Amino acid sequence: MRPLTEVETKTFFEKLAKYIGRNIAHLIDRGDDTYCFRLHKDRVYYLSEDLMKRATSIGREQLISLGICFGKFTKTGKFRLHVTCLDYIAQYAKHKIWIKPNGEMPFLYGNHIVKAHIGRVTEDTPEHQGVIVYSMADIPLGFGVTARSTTDTRKLEPTAIVVFHQADIGEYLRQEDTLF
Amino acid sequence: MAPGKKAGKANAAAQATNKRKAEQKPAAVNKKAKTTTTTAATNGKKGAASNKAKPAKKRSVQAAAQDDDEDDEDDESWAYGAVSDDDDDEDDAHVGDLDDEFVSAEEGSDIEVGQLDDDFLGDEFGDEEGGQGADLLGSDDEEEGEGEGEDEEDIWASSDDEDDMETKSRKLDAQAKREAEEAEAELTTNIQMEDDKYVLPTEAEALDSTDLQVVQTRIQEIVRVLNNFREMREGNRSRQDYIDQLLKDLCLYYGYNEYLMEKLFYIFTVSEAIEFFEANEVPRPVTIRTNTLKTRRRELAQALINRGVNLDPIGKWSKVGLQVFDSPVPVGATPEYLAGHYMLQAASSFLPVMALAPQENERVLDMASAPGGKSTYIAALMKNTGMVFANDANKERTKALVANIHRLGVKNAVVCNYDGREFPNVIGGFDRILLDAPCSGTGVISKDASVKTNKSEQDFQMLSHLQKQLILSAIDSVDAGSKTGGYIVYSTCSVTVDENEDVVNYALRKRPNVKLVSTGLDFGKEGFTRYREKVFHPSLSLTRRYYPHMHNMDGFYVAKFKKLSNKIPAKKADEKEDEADAEEFVPIGEDEKRNKKKQNKDDKAKVETQEAISFNDEEDEQLIRVSQAKLLQQTKGIKLRPKKNKGDGEK
Repeated sequence: MRPLTEVETKTFFEKLAKYIGRNIAHLIDRGDDTYCFRLHKDRVYYLSEDLMKRATSIGREQLISLGICFGKFTKTGKFRLHVTCLDYIAQYAKHKIWIKPNGEMPFLYGNHIVKAHIGRVTEDTPEHQGVIVYSMADIPLGFGVTARSTTDTRKLEPTAIVVFHQADIGEYLRQEDTLF
Repeated sequence: MAPGKKAGKANAAAQATNKRKAEQKPAAVNKKAKTTTTTAATNGKKGAASNKAKPAKKRSVQAAAQDDDEDDEDDESWAYGAVSDDDDDEDDAHVGDLDDEFVSAEEGSDIEVGQLDDDFLGDEFGDEEGGQGADLLGSDDEEEGEGEGEDEEDIWASSDDEDDMETKSRKLDAQAKREAEEAEAELTTNIQMEDDKYVLPTEAEALDSTDLQVVQTRIQEIVRVLNNFREMREGNRSRQDYIDQLLKDLCLYYGYNEYLMEKLFYIFTVSEAIEFFEANEVPRPVTIRTNTLKTRRRELAQALINRGVNLDPIGKWSKVGLQVFDSPVPVGATPEYLAGHYMLQAASSFLPVMALAPQENERVLDMASAPGGKSTYIAALMKNTGMVFANDANKERTKALVANIHRLGVKNAVVCNYDGREFPNVIGGFDRILLDAPCSGTGVISKDASVKTNKSEQDFQMLSHLQKQLILSAIDSVDAGSKTGGYIVYSTCSVTVDENEDVVNYALRKRPNVKLVSTGLDFGKEGFTRYREKVFHPSLSLTRRYYPHMHNMDGFYVAKFKKLSNKIPAKKADEKEDEADAEEFVPIGEDEKRNKKKQNKDDKAKVETQEAISFNDEEDEQLIRVSQAKLLQQTKGIKLRPKKNKGDGEK
């Protein structure tokens, strides 16, 4: 467990900014408590300083997880966001998309979102923008990247893909072994 | 009054009153036909005047019938050999007065009247008349509901002195009792033919019967016998005989191994044990726990009902539990589940967390936490404040633990992979510790039936040993000075005493700085303070046991300690050896390895000793010769022909 290096911080924040933009600042300067990002076995965890200090007494081998895992660095140095950070990025998300009940299960099985399944969408979402996917009951289901801007979407046929799948909460079941 | 009617009853009656001669049987049938049990007792209590009046009246009523029953006269007369006639006058005086009065009484309570008649007639009439009197009664039997039997008359007849009421009534009482038994016997033989004493099968028979139907009836019979052992036992068979057979049958019927069966059987009473085994065959209801970090129970229930799930609150004792009856969708894969709104969790595993009652901003350790149902519940109760250390010794299982912690949105958890016994050394000073110890799982047989066969005595020894080590580590890792806490909760999903009371009792003995406190759970059965040959600390009654057949949840055990001081008691000299044994730290994996090594060594030693005992010189001689020949051939090229059996002859 160690703080992120400068390079790592840059790649990580760039990725994160795709979803929450400047709201990253809210994650770092919280009113209630001091929180920090820590790297442990290639994974980035977000946790309070208190917890971090306590966790230092646990050996590297035995430490499995602490706080909330945001994602991991791949071998090539890129950063991949995991669905586990959904709680936080949903809280600070800039662009959102709501899908109809009949589109929930296809998305939770890892499919992209087609136009027919879209219930609502944030206005002025540009192309290739990270968006948080909600069900109509406002339950965050995952996140993805828009394939078209909101305005372009209007002209598309119903079966066209609108959002590329990035992560969904179905992964808790599907990828339990590889995710953690 | 056909003498032969109700042959069955006649036989029973005849057996019971074996005084009678063979030729008297028909009379006995008549008199006994409608015997009731209450009559004799009422006899003694009745006022003398009324008693006497009745026979007098009856005599007049029945005089006409006398002729018809003359046959009976002889039969009855034997009973009156010694009847005294001193009351004749008195009797006569009453006859006229009371006739009318008692007509109604006669009709109203036939049985009593008839019976009284019997007695007093026998008493009052002289030798000559006695026969007649009895006779009249005999004829009376049918219309009047009739009387007691000769036994009673016997009594009255034999006691010459009428004043000796005490003896009479005593005899009457005895007789009444006897008759009650007879009547009972008559009834039961008619109603329930199989009420005969259950005869235990011989060993061969027992082995023979592999038909489950037969085994089941046998189980039921034996349980019936054991429940009323004094009366139902057969001859001098001991209780142990019955229990041995029962255990064998239960093993066969429910498929347990004998060691486990015996362990479980003695926890309960006989019929309760059967209920327990029966309950283990039925699955427990599916229950879910609302994750209060993300939603509320009412909202969750609404969301699930919209998906067609049929559910209900789990009970008054929990505000977050829901019981699922049936569901058209898999409850473990709904979007709500994936979003972490609830956790599939057995009702029983709510209990230790409720007992632990974690407060906000505390530091809590869950020593054996995978797959995280209890850890996440702890975090939810703490509202994501403070810290939860979720430990599990199995690295594979920590994956599910981490997944659940993230899914349920627990942000204050640290997951680590230590052996629980390392704990005070890794990190200590916790406010509360939950130790849901690894156990044999005898409480969750309905979930995992493999427990029935794969748990041996060794497993139990190993487990309770491990549990004892863990509980001491847990106690030592708690900070007694904590302002809000200082509690340890020990729980297992097992019902055996070895893994529960015994472990807790051990902890109390080894750590005088803890005491048991109430778990705060208002239901459940009290823990044992004594069990078979063991006697535990009286405060063990503060712990709680849960059984599948009683509470419709998995078998469970919860004990809550409060730590009073942080001073670890110094080991006493005499305890040292014991302690060294119990506290010697070996990581789980190595423990097994070491055991295996030890076993291997033991095995080798055994083989060696066996060989040493069975040294065979002749065989050795032959072997030596063969190898010498080989050596010769190899080194000098000399070929020796094998000499068969020559060596044997030499030696």
